[in-house]
Amino acid sequence: MRPTPIHIMLADDDEDDRLFFKEAFEEVKIKYKISTFNDGEQLMEHLYDASNPLPDIIFLDLNMPRKSGIECLKEIRNNERLQKISVAIYSTSSSEQDIEDTFVSGANVYIKKPNDFNMLKKILSDVVHINWQYITDGLNKDSFILSL
Amino acid sequence: MELYIKYNIDMMCKVLLQQQLDKFKIDCKVTEPGYVRFKENIPMETYNKLIDSLKEFGIEIVDNQKSILVQKIKNTIIEMLYADKGMQSLKISTYLSEKLGESYRTLSQAFSEVTFISIENFIILHKIERVKQLLLTENISLTEISFTMNYSSVAYLSQQFKNITGVTPTAFQKIMKQKRYTES
Repeated sequence: MRPTPIHIMLADDDEDDRLFFKEAFEEVKIKYKISTFNDGEQLMEHLYDASNPLPDIIFLDLNMPRKSGIECLKEIRNNERLQKISVAIYSTSSSEQDIEDTFVSGANVYIKKPNDFNMLKKILSDVVHINWQYITDGLNKDSFILSL
Repeated sequence: MELYIKYNIDMMCKVLLQQQLDKFKIDCKVTEPGYVRFKENIPMETYNKLIDSLKEFGIEIVDNQKSILVQKIKNTIIEMLYADKGMQSLKISTYLSEKLGESYRTLSQAFSEVTFISIENFIILHKIERVKQLLLTENISLTEISFTMNYSSVAYLSQQFKNITGVTPTAFQKIMKQKRYTES
């Protein structure tokens, strides 16, 4: 097994959404710690600094100023040091095409932002628990695809 | 150029593990998946070096009783999933408790506590992983996959795939194909 806590990162430009997310993680049974960023640019700067420890999973809002979720995702997948990190994208869009494009760009998880807080809690705990299985059992991350 | 490769994970792990152990001149044998029998105790220093060298391959030594039990459950399930059809039709709960000599209740409690998911969900997750592998590496139809993996129907397989991944097997294939194409 692997020592907990797991490390979660979250980038979202909306302060309320960041708060919602943080609170929603309380449902997660695994010990975790969470770092939040106000936009993609800030997140990437932090990730590129090799002295900062890498997270186990990153949650990205699709629409952010300065650097969008997709731009971050592409940079992460093209960086040797970062490419193994699980990436979850969340968005208000539920178009099949958007979802497929996000996966093709290398996302592992696509979350359609729910309106209901309890639903968000359930979704986030599912994502973290399933991602945990990929970490502990060395499952193939390349074909890790989850759409919620 | 693209190559599709077929491999036996069990065999790979066993060979790799034995090679690593031999490297340290430790007299022991990998008897079954995930289990090594030592002829004698080894010095702490060697043990620590062994841990480090195994870590490189994602292999870890499980060292508390509950984790050992959970690892045994996992190994048994995975062995079953990759075995031939006859073995897969066994009732998993009965098989597990017979093989590991504990009641299914004890097993499933320990399992959820350590892994954060139930044995049932673990099995489904791994079954779907196997289906994904088959969908990507071999030129076989979904009907054949559902037969190999002992699903009662293709519809049921598709539904379970969608429940676990959120996408249909066909969409999954399409995504992975495009992904490989854009990466190369």
